[in-house]
Amino acid sequence: MVDATHQGAESTGHGDGQTRREFLYLAAGAIGAVGSAGVAWTLVDSMNPATDTLALSTIDVNLAPIVEGMGIVTMWQGKPVFVRHRTAQEITEAQSVKLSELTDPATDESRVKKSPWLVLIGICTHLGCIPLGNKPSDDRGDWGGYRCPCHGSQYDTSGRVRRGPAPLNLAVPPYNFTSDTTVRIG
Amino acid sequence: MAHTKAPSAFKNPLIRWVDDRLPIFTMISKEYGVFPTPRNFNYLWNFGALALVMLVIMIITGVFLAMQYTPNADLAFDSVDRITRDVNGGWLLRTLHSNGSSMFFLVVYIHIFRGMYYGSYKRPRELLWLFGAVIYLLMMATAFLGYTLPWGQMSFWGATVITNFFTALPIVGKAITTWLWGGFAVANPTLNRFFALHYLLPFVIAAVVFLHVWALHVTGSNNPLGIEPKSDKDTLPFHPYYTMKDMFGVSVFLLIYAVIVFYVPDYLGDPDNYVKANPLVTPSSIEPEWYFLPFYAILRSVPNKLLGVILMFGAVVMIFLMPWLDTSKVRSAKFRPWYQWCFWFFVFDSLLLGLVGSQHPEGIWILLGRVGTLYYFGFFLVLLPFLGWFEKTLPLPASIAESVLGGGKLAGSTVAAKPMEKA
Repeated sequence: MVDATHQGAESTGHGDGQTRREFLYLAAGAIGAVGSAGVAWTLVDSMNPATDTLALSTIDVNLAPIVEGMGIVTMWQGKPVFVRHRTAQEITEAQSVKLSELTDPATDESRVKKSPWLVLIGICTHLGCIPLGNKPSDDRGDWGGYRCPCHGSQYDTSGRVRRGPAPLNLAVPPYNFTSDTTVRIG
Repeated sequence: MAHTKAPSAFKNPLIRWVDDRLPIFTMISKEYGVFPTPRNFNYLWNFGALALVMLVIMIITGVFLAMQYTPNADLAFDSVDRITRDVNGGWLLRTLHSNGSSMFFLVVYIHIFRGMYYGSYKRPRELLWLFGAVIYLLMMATAFLGYTLPWGQMSFWGATVITNFFTALPIVGKAITTWLWGGFAVANPTLNRFFALHYLLPFVIAAVVFLHVWALHVTGSNNPLGIEPKSDKDTLPFHPYYTMKDMFGVSVFLLIYAVIVFYVPDYLGDPDNYVKANPLVTPSSIEPEWYFLPFYAILRSVPNKLLGVILMFGAVVMIFLMPWLDTSKVRSAKFRPWYQWCFWFFVFDSLLLGLVGSQHPEGIWILLGRVGTLYYFGFFLVLLPFLGWFEKTLPLPASIAESVLGGGKLAGSTVAAKPMEKA
C-alpha cells in the first residue's frame, strides 16, 4: 500500500486508478477484518454458558424441617444456596447495625423477604469458597453469621461482610414464597 | 560461511542426499556439534537441558494418560482411579506425570535463579529471557489446568479460587468468570475445556522453547563469569563436552525423580484430592501445589481483593521486567558484592513466602507474608535499579580462558592467545 501511494504521487496521469486501488485495498481489508472478527466471536462465544446451562431451573425448598437457629444448604444452578431460620436475637442483631459500620452497606430489610428466613447464595465473595455457619456447631465467626475457611472473611446474621478480604455481602438469589412453608428459588 | 554449499561434509550418501535438499544435518552439526560454548560452565548450566527433558517426559506420559482419562465431571475422578488401579502401568504413568510437574518446576526455578545470579537476562539476551518468562507463565497455566483434571476436592476448589481471581476485575469480572466456567460455577463445561487446553498448551510451550533456544543460539550462552568469549580459547565445541556433561546431569536428576516416583509418590500431593469433588463442601484449608505457594502468600498478604490479585500477577510481571530494572553493566553476581547479598536474600524470601503460603493466614504469618511481599517487590523495583548506581563492582577478568586456566604452565598459552584476541 505504501508502494501504491508512492507511485500515485509520482505518476500524474493515473490518479483515478490509484484512488480506486486504494479503495479496493481498504474495502477488501475491512471485509476481511469484519469476517475474521465474526469467526473469532463465534469461537469466543462458544465458551459462554450453553442454552441448557442457561435454562433457568427453579427449585422448591420445604422450610418445615428447618428448626430455629439452623440453616440448610441446597443447590441451585450449580451454586450452593443457604436457607437459615434465624433466631429472634440474630434478627435483632442484624437490624440494629449502623450502616456506617458495614463494608458493603445494606439494611437487613433489603436482604430479607419474610422473617425469619434468610436466603443467600453461599459463595464467599472473595474467591468463591463456601462459608461455614449453617450448623449451629460450626464456627460462625465474631458476628454469628458465617465464616469462610479459606481466607478468613466473616459475615453477620444478615450475610453482610464484616471482616476479611471479601469485598461484598453474600448475594441474595431471586426467590419467592409459594406457601408459608415453601420457598421457590430461581 | 560456505558450509551450506559443502555437501562433502557428510560421507554417508543418504545423509548427503538429504542435506543437499534440506540442510538439517548441517544445522544439527552447527548448533549442537561444533557450537562454540563457554568452557567454564558449572553444573547450574545443566538445568536448561533438564527442563527440556521434563517437557518431553510430561508430553509423552500426558498423551498416554489422555488415552485413558475421561474429561467429564461425573466420570473423571473414577477414570483417574482406574488409571492407577486397572490400566497396565497406569500407576507409573500417573505418578511420573503428577510428580513430573513438581520436578519440572523445581528445575525451572533453579534455571531462573541461575539466570538471575549470573545476569543472563542482560543485554543482548533480553529477548531470550522474555521467551523464558513466557514459558514459565505458560507452565503455570498448564499446571493449574492439569491439577483440575483428577476432579478431587483440591482440584475443584483450587479451580474455583483461581478462576475467581477474575471476579476482582471491575465491571467485566463477572462476565469473564462466567465465560471461563461456561456456566455459573466450576462444573462439567469447565472441566471439559480445561482438559482441551491442558492438552494444547504443552505444544505451545514447545514452540516457545524453540524460540528460546533459537535466541540462545544467536547470542550464545552466558557463563559464570558473565563476560563474552573473546577467542577460541574461551570456548569448547558443544559436542562432546556439554552433551556429556548434560547427560551426566540428566542421569543424576532422573535418579532423584525416580526415588520420588517409586518411594514417595504421594508426598507432594494433597490428601484432599483423593476425595471426589463436592461443590457443597469447601475443604478446611485450600492450598495450592508447592510451586505456587509464594504467589499465594503474596495474594493473601493484602486485605483488599483487587489489590491482592494485582500484586500476585505483578509478582510474575517483575520477572519479565528484570532486564530493564537492573541498571548494572556487570552481569555475574561474582563481581557484584552487594547484589550477591540481595540475591541470596531474595532466594530466602521466596522460600519464606512459600512457607507463609502453606500456613493459615493468622498471627505471625500475616506479618511475615507482608514483610516477604515488601522485600519481593523491593528487590525488583528498588534494589535492582539503584544498586547499579551505588555498587562498586569488582574488576572483571580479561578473558574466560585467563580466569579459568590461570597462570602456571598454561600461562604461555594465554599469552599466545592475545594476538588472536586483537585480531
